[in-house]
Amino acid sequence: MKYKFLEHTADAKFQAFGKSLEEAFSNAALAVMSIMIDPKKVNPKITKEVNVKGNDKESLLYNFLEELLILLDTENFILNNVKELKIKGNSLKATLIGDELNNKYELKSDVKAITYNEMFIKENPFIVQVVCDI
Amino acid sequence: MYLVISLVMKDQLKKISKYEWELPKFGSMKVPAKIFASEKIMQAVEPNAIQQLANVASLKGIQKHALAMPDIHSGYGFPIGGVAAFDLDKGIISPGGVGYDINCGVRLLTTNLSVKEFLKKRNQLINEVYKNVPSGVGSKGRIKVTKDVLMEVLEKGTEWCVKEGYGVKEDISKTEENGKMPKANSQHVSDTALRRGMPQLGSLGAGNHFLEVQKIESVFDENIAKKWGFNKENVTVMIHCGSRGLGHQVASDYIKEMEKKFGYENLPDRELINAPINSDLGQKYYGAMSAATNFAFANRQLIMHWVRESFENVFGKTEINLIYDVAHNVAKFEKHKLEDKWKEVCIHRKGATRSFGPGREELPEVYKNTGQPVIIPGSMGTSSYLLVGTKKAEEVSFGSTAHGAGRIMSRHAALRQFRGEKIKKELSEKNIEVKSGTFKGLAEEGPGVYKDIDEVIDTSHAVGIGNKVVRVVPLAVIKG
Repeated sequence: MKYKFLEHTADAKFQAFGKSLEEAFSNAALAVMSIMIDPKKVNPKITKEVNVKGNDKESLLYNFLEELLILLDTENFILNNVKELKIKGNSLKATLIGDELNNKYELKSDVKAITYNEMFIKENPFIVQVVCDI
Repeated sequence: MYLVISLVMKDQLKKISKYEWELPKFGSMKVPAKIFASEKIMQAVEPNAIQQLANVASLKGIQKHALAMPDIHSGYGFPIGGVAAFDLDKGIISPGGVGYDINCGVRLLTTNLSVKEFLKKRNQLINEVYKNVPSGVGSKGRIKVTKDVLMEVLEKGTEWCVKEGYGVKEDISKTEENGKMPKANSQHVSDTALRRGMPQLGSLGAGNHFLEVQKIESVFDENIAKKWGFNKENVTVMIHCGSRGLGHQVASDYIKEMEKKFGYENLPDRELINAPINSDLGQKYYGAMSAATNFAFANRQLIMHWVRESFENVFGKTEINLIYDVAHNVAKFEKHKLEDKWKEVCIHRKGATRSFGPGREELPEVYKNTGQPVIIPGSMGTSSYLLVGTKKAEEVSFGSTAHGAGRIMSRHAALRQFRGEKIKKELSEKNIEVKSGTFKGLAEEGPGVYKDIDEVIDTSHAVGIGNKVVRVVPLAVIKG
């Protein structure tokens, strides 16, 4: 299982899993996208390189996931998959594959913001938990 | 700096009157906390929301008490329905006390179109508005602005819209703050926030945002309703939306900046991050938050303009007047009476509405005698209310009351329980027509997922922090 959603009254709360921190972060990105559209239904047509920095692992995760919201608002980008995500200290580099939002796609929900609410990052096994303001 | 508060238990709350509960000062709390709630509402309040209110009470420079309105529920940092005032010299300002959707708010319009005439062409009007007002996730505004123009919008708000022909001069004074926060500074809005905002100016967005055509179901205060120009026979229009990605980004940017500068290690909750109001960073956030507030005022003004055009296209010349536009998520400098002295403080309203009574200098002439209109939308497909602000609110709640119904069911639970198609059909049977981008969105916002709005409003009225004037029910809903 890449990720699962948990009960939350007002918002979307999920846990994402992986064999490494990199994989858990990648799956967290898929989880955020899945609130808006099933990533599997997005064509892998365009590639975006992202470089993100944080002050700690949590803010690195926050900033990485926020990048998805920024790419959607500013470049109409929707995600199919994350490739080659690398974390070095509190920096992250990733290649995002997806498509431009057009009439073919219908987004089902909005994600307003990533939050620190109930956020945690656990190692062995790797689990990240995030609540999105929607 | 802060002690981590021991867990607040609901039974620590003292009932001090039928609708007032107090959490006495303990642990690191600097002031007591107070909740306006009926017995029924209190039973449903999540313990976490009360913990969050206690956390607010422990922030530096907080004045008198940390308050929660009757629609209190758990939020980020501050609870939703939270109101707090901070000393300008010793106090803080917090993005978590405003929320991510800066100036999420609502405006109410009256028309001279009768319900009967409206119903004849209801579907035509719905389609016309749907065509003219961009809505839904990822929706782009109808107007294209350059970065320079956007920065002007951020500084001037409604004034910019009217100057460009989107609306009439009277709309300006019928908007809280005259649609323009005085200290807005677009220089403090990041490039990322500007880039997110540029394509979205003039769009409804999604989530719980909506546009409704309504009929007046009950009038509680004939005198005020008449003074404000309501005619029971005619339809009203409500527009509920905020500052879209621009506001979300401003909140996020300043949460990061404040963490970098001040750290969050000593805070009970990372989302309570804040800066001293009089610090450079505090001032920058206030300038950027004010700019995002102006973006939202302009957004609702543009949407109203297209609603006016849509009505004209379908029904011919129609008189549509703005009653008032109120902010639900905002921080502002206001004068309040503390220990018998007037004092300027920084009020945070997070999911709360300003509710000023008669005489306040901030109000336009037309409302100086009555108190201000307070607009509280219900959830989709249920009733919404118009209240009047009171002197009592100024005395007990820093001139504030509730802002909505407050969610009680998770979106996932809603999706399991409701189907969008079925909700649309059921509403149609109740004579409410709905148009939504997706059925899923419809199910997530179904009427059963929110608290009973009537209970929230009755509490506001009973306490006297916002008195009932009119109740409206939807005839047509466009959901983002």
